[in-house]
Amino acid sequence: MTNTKDKIRSHTSEKRVAEIHIRRGGPSDAPHFDIFQVPRKETMSVLDALIWIRQHLDSSVSIRYSCINANACKECGALVNGTATYLCTARVGDDPIKLEPLPKSPLIRDLVTDILPSNEHPPIE
Amino acid sequence: MEINTDILIIGAGGAGMYAALAGAREGASVLLIDKNMVGRGGATVMAQMTVAVAIGHQEPDNWEMHFSDTVKSGHGICNEELTKLLCVNGPERIMEMDSWKVGWAQKDGTILQVSAPGHSRKRCVYVDFLNTGPALASTLRKQVKREEKIRTISNLVITDILVDEGRAVGAIGMNIVTAKPVALSCKAVILTTGGLSKLYTRNSGSANMGGDGYALALRAGAELTDMEFVQFFPIAHLAPRLVGMDPIMWDPFRYKLGGRLLNGDFEEFVDRYGSKDQGIYRVPRDLASYAILKEVEAGRGSTHGGAYLDFQHVSEAELRNAFGPVIDRLLANGIDLTQMPIEVAPMAHYQMGGVRIKKSMQTCIDGLYAAGEVAGGVNGANRLSGNAITEALVFGELAGRLGARKILGKAIQNSAQHFTNLATVHMEKLKSLTSRSQSRGTPTVSAIQQRLKQIMNEHVGPLRNATGLKTALETIQELRQEVLPKLSLSKLHPFNMDIQDWLELRNMLATAEMVAQSALLRNESRGAHQREDFPAQDPKWEKNQVVSLERNKLTIRSEPVVRLTT
Repeated sequence: MTNTKDKIRSHTSEKRVAEIHIRRGGPSDAPHFDIFQVPRKETMSVLDALIWIRQHLDSSVSIRYSCINANACKECGALVNGTATYLCTARVGDDPIKLEPLPKSPLIRDLVTDILPSNEHPPIE
Repeated sequence: MEINTDILIIGAGGAGMYAALAGAREGASVLLIDKNMVGRGGATVMAQMTVAVAIGHQEPDNWEMHFSDTVKSGHGICNEELTKLLCVNGPERIMEMDSWKVGWAQKDGTILQVSAPGHSRKRCVYVDFLNTGPALASTLRKQVKREEKIRTISNLVITDILVDEGRAVGAIGMNIVTAKPVALSCKAVILTTGGLSKLYTRNSGSANMGGDGYALALRAGAELTDMEFVQFFPIAHLAPRLVGMDPIMWDPFRYKLGGRLLNGDFEEFVDRYGSKDQGIYRVPRDLASYAILKEVEAGRGSTHGGAYLDFQHVSEAELRNAFGPVIDRLLANGIDLTQMPIEVAPMAHYQMGGVRIKKSMQTCIDGLYAAGEVAGGVNGANRLSGNAITEALVFGELAGRLGARKILGKAIQNSAQHFTNLATVHMEKLKSLTSRSQSRGTPTVSAIQQRLKQIMNEHVGPLRNATGLKTALETIQELRQEVLPKLSLSKLHPFNMDIQDWLELRNMLATAEMVAQSALLRNESRGAHQREDFPAQDPKWEKNQVVSLERNKLTIRSEPVVRLTT
């Protein structure tokens, strides 16, 4: 699924495990994926899995979301297995999941892209 | 980096956006900022229904009746001057939203209004289908965009409010993408940061509602009131798992279709606790939460530890007529309401207490205002359903308008030297935080947030006792004093969420301490504050507690309730 040799980071003895491949880095970094194993719960959303990863495996993963799995804020857009969708409505299933940032907006880092209206950016020194 | 504006508004939900519009209408320059995205985060966008307002389109109604219902629901401790403002100004705001084409559900030229628990009239307006909050947010966002005097900034988090000689003169922010500090200079600050639902594991707010505004106000020297009153939404979704939908969506289902609330033995039970259900939604929130938790405690809970909500007696045609496409979204989640009950349980929903304000929306700090959920007093010990959005719109408008009028045309001169000195101190603190970022560490900041949320759920939830509250306070203080300063943060990179989480955790801990400490002192049960060791309401406690910071120590005193003088 990915062509990297990153070691798989895991922190779980759960039998049902979901494998999440996340494209890491910013616009000037060479593309690479980190692979995480997450204990799989019934009807888990991809956002649930990412929150779990940030809490237990790697808090440096950058994601953008504001509401709680309610698909209200519309901030968590990303490519899930190549398709643009929301992380909160995409489900974790049996197969590994590949996550990438939205290709049409400028990449900030990991899964976060610049989706702010053009005149709404925070000031930069 | 320094930015100047007349009015700085922190938090861009319903109250913040309305405050910005009202301030700009008066001629003030407004800077409206949000740590997430303007108009997308906070509680407003999550609200699916409803908004309580005495416009009397379906049956005769007036502000006095709305006032009387709200005060009754508040168990005797509403700030009645604020409650009157809410009820008197509500209709104007709702009709202004109508003129901005928010899309209130209508029939034959009248705005539809439905009943809700605690309201003596059909009073609650809404936007179909389950779209009230998103429609409000996008309508306000459009108005904000059209207003030239408003500048909006997203992804800027405020870390501290700057107060010089008793007056708010600005704030320090951090660019979330770069983690660089930004100094903001202004003549008035309006806090519209929303509530604290994120202090609890099960909650219905947005992920950014960690109580920022309460902690900012406390550190700035303002007072807070009624912090012990956290409303738990009684019938929030519990099982089966539902994603991509609001967990409190069963409220509108009950308004429109009734639905039967049943315990684990499939019996109706609310009547055992002094109210009636009978498939009609009229039990107030505080009592419903209490009843469900007591049934669970007695071993009569549903499979996952809540209650059942059953719509099997409602035909599919009726379901589809009332909720259209929502029925399909439920089916996609594996939920067929004609075939199965769902499980519900209380969930942290709304903070009645908050920053203590006067009728002018100003705090005890000159130039510092608060509006919406972050402000306290209007709802007393228990908020009526539908009053939160009304509160956001009414008080947001008042804060923007009155804040602007107070500063415009007056020679307010901030001392540039004082501002620079103040700003420098806070910016250095922020820089030392970001320079601490180095490597991945355990526990993560978000894991500590999770620990705090579990403690709050367990000991500072709807049912409390002195032992649990003391345990919670000890843990909160330990986390604040011992753990927070030493937490490691991932190395500096764009959009560093560890730094965001750390700043939020600092505010969550300060806020949690205010809630737990206030709850421990109130030795009675009233509204949303239920003490197992003091189960009765005590007339001696018909007063408000006021929290402030004195020499870096949390101090709590009591004040008489503000009554309406006629």
